[in-house]
Amino acid sequence: MTSINSSTKTETTRDEIVEDHEDFRIFGLITFLIADGMTFAGFFAAYLTYKAVNPLPDGSIYELELPIPTLNTILLLISSATFHKAGKALLKRKNSNCQRWLLLTAFLGVIFLVCQLFEYFHLPFGLTDNLFASTFYALTGFHGLHVTLGTLMIFIIAWQTRINGGRVSYENMFPLEAVELYWHFVDGIWVILFVILYLL
Amino acid sequence: MTILLDNKPKLKESLQPKGILRYFSFSLDHKVIGIQYLVCGFLFYLVGGTLASAIRIELTSPISDFMPRDVYNQVLTLHGTIMIFLWIVPVVNGAFGNYLIPFYVGARDMAFPRLNAVAFWLIPPSGLMLIVSYFVDGAAQAGWTAYPPLSITTPQSGQIIWIISVLLLGGSSIFGGINFIATILKLRRPGLNLMQLPMYCWAMLGTSLLVVLSTPVLAGTLILLSFDIIAHTGFFNPVLGGNVVVYQHLFWFYSHPAVYIMVLPAFGLVSEILPIHCRKPLFGYTTMVFSIMGIVVLGLVVWAHHMFTSGTPPWMRLFFTIATAFIAVPTGIKFFNWVATMWGGKISINSAMLFSCGFIINFVFGGITGVALAQVPFDIHVHDTYFVVAHFHYIVYGGSVFVIFSSVYHWFPKVTGKLLSEKLGILHFVLTFIGFNLCFAPQHWLGLNGMPRRVAEYDPQFQFVNQISSAGALLMAISTIPFLVNIFISIKNGKKSGDNPWNALTPEWLTSSPPPVENWEGEPPLVKEPYGYGNPILKENNN
Repeated sequence: MTSINSSTKTETTRDEIVEDHEDFRIFGLITFLIADGMTFAGFFAAYLTYKAVNPLPDGSIYELELPIPTLNTILLLISSATFHKAGKALLKRKNSNCQRWLLLTAFLGVIFLVCQLFEYFHLPFGLTDNLFASTFYALTGFHGLHVTLGTLMIFIIAWQTRINGGRVSYENMFPLEAVELYWHFVDGIWVILFVILYLL
Repeated sequence: MTILLDNKPKLKESLQPKGILRYFSFSLDHKVIGIQYLVCGFLFYLVGGTLASAIRIELTSPISDFMPRDVYNQVLTLHGTIMIFLWIVPVVNGAFGNYLIPFYVGARDMAFPRLNAVAFWLIPPSGLMLIVSYFVDGAAQAGWTAYPPLSITTPQSGQIIWIISVLLLGGSSIFGGINFIATILKLRRPGLNLMQLPMYCWAMLGTSLLVVLSTPVLAGTLILLSFDIIAHTGFFNPVLGGNVVVYQHLFWFYSHPAVYIMVLPAFGLVSEILPIHCRKPLFGYTTMVFSIMGIVVLGLVVWAHHMFTSGTPPWMRLFFTIATAFIAVPTGIKFFNWVATMWGGKISINSAMLFSCGFIINFVFGGITGVALAQVPFDIHVHDTYFVVAHFHYIVYGGSVFVIFSSVYHWFPKVTGKLLSEKLGILHFVLTFIGFNLCFAPQHWLGLNGMPRRVAEYDPQFQFVNQISSAGALLMAISTIPFLVNIFISIKNGKKSGDNPWNALTPEWLTSSPPPVENWEGEPPLVKEPYGYGNPILKENNN
């Protein structure tokens, strides 16, 4: 028990003696996103290989409709723009503006997820029906997990940009920048996913 | 996280748990985390070694009498997984990387100390989980490669625990890799440029790039595999229309680079140890750097040489054979550079040096069989035989593990301020070297004559050679005893080493041994020529 106590103490004191320095947390995040992107790359590679070498068995259904995913693509692209707006607002120290833009972004994220679920429930195939169905659900599901996490984080930073007692401000932009970078990354992955899964 | 203010390190020191206790705390000190990695890794090495001994005992007779066949499969799966994911990868990367890299770049800690501690603390639980899975309903049985459909059809709980455990270890590895990249590229002391860094930094940079680029693919693959096992999807299950070869491609996209993740840091460590004990600058620094980066790039595009018998099309065989053969070029350059570093040097024969020389000898042998295995006609003949087992162990045991021991002898005075006993060290080396070669050299012959690997029973004509191999394994097991005795005796009663027992010029020796909490009492030294041996002016300046 003593060791646990003292290490927590160390942490608080550590923050007090931290000096200003070049911030490379964004650099670390970029490295992490590259790693995360490689996970998707693995999934895409698997899907494309299946497409190339594994024929769809007779009688199996694997059909996708375009309207909902197209709407989703547009939603995510708009949400990237609104997030960017939020960052601009915070740079001008307009916290409440920033908060509004963030909430709009999160709202778009939620609509995206609802649309995705709606699509899931109306598709003519289930997770285990055939190889392509499984890959479809694994890929969109893994991406949806990223969107869910992103939306939660946006809600958190939106709450933290409040003027009284919020931790995210002009002086501490990092949380917003980090989530913004992550959100753009998730959007970019969606565009690739949309092209590979729906258009190819 | 950052460079800390120089005037207040005492405050931090006074709050840290003292003595042995700090190794059990969530410490953020890179030196403590390094030692945590090393000791934890070594404990798992003992477990993995016990399992290896069990395998060799079973193989002294051609029938499966020491343990049932399914237990044999579990033992060999756990042996492989533990040795790779819990001993070599965490130790050559995590342990030495965390301990040395901040010194080498002139920093007071890693770039992200908290992430670093998290990365370490993921290891003990996942390792324990892996071992405990034996008591659930049998541990995983599909080998460390977990090839489907075998991994889908064997008992599920063990396999799922195996997957979760490897996912956690992969996460730990990725966090570590991110940390090393940020530390080496961003946290360098002002005035120190990349081409002045000690070679281990370059090795770790290359390794971390491989970790960040390839480990996530393994994670994705294992997630798909767990879907196959739990949700009965058919990604890799031919019965449901899936494709097992896709698993192999994705798996080896990580697991071939994993060999470099295990051996590149070892290259770096040897490049640190040789110049110091030969009193000569490292030969061909620039070519070393380029060969490391060459190995990183080539290492990412050779994976399918593990799959020559998986129905790979001819163009793929051609491409991957050529790409694999090309890796021999940068590796050869490094080998000749080490020999040239030793050539004409004032070599001191001590345990660290002996293990490094042992590494060079074993590694050349493993490298040559590697080039042979890359050739399709030969590979098809010996695929999945003991030849592959022998080759692999020459690389990871004869290569990486020899370097780990060499590094322990070399850096023990740094960590404890005491010297290890040379007598016991040399005994350890002789036993390990003879035992290792006795154990694995005969396996080349076994493989060439068609003894398949991963099977508890074999043709009785192979019994004698298998017994020789098992005798070697016994020697290797015994060799751990002088090592452990040496460590315990020397920590208590070892000869005081002084701050710089080897008269080394690399930055970690330019502070007290053991080092203070923030590495240096004053400003970190600016070491522009870490290998400037034989240059009296430089020595003066650096000291």
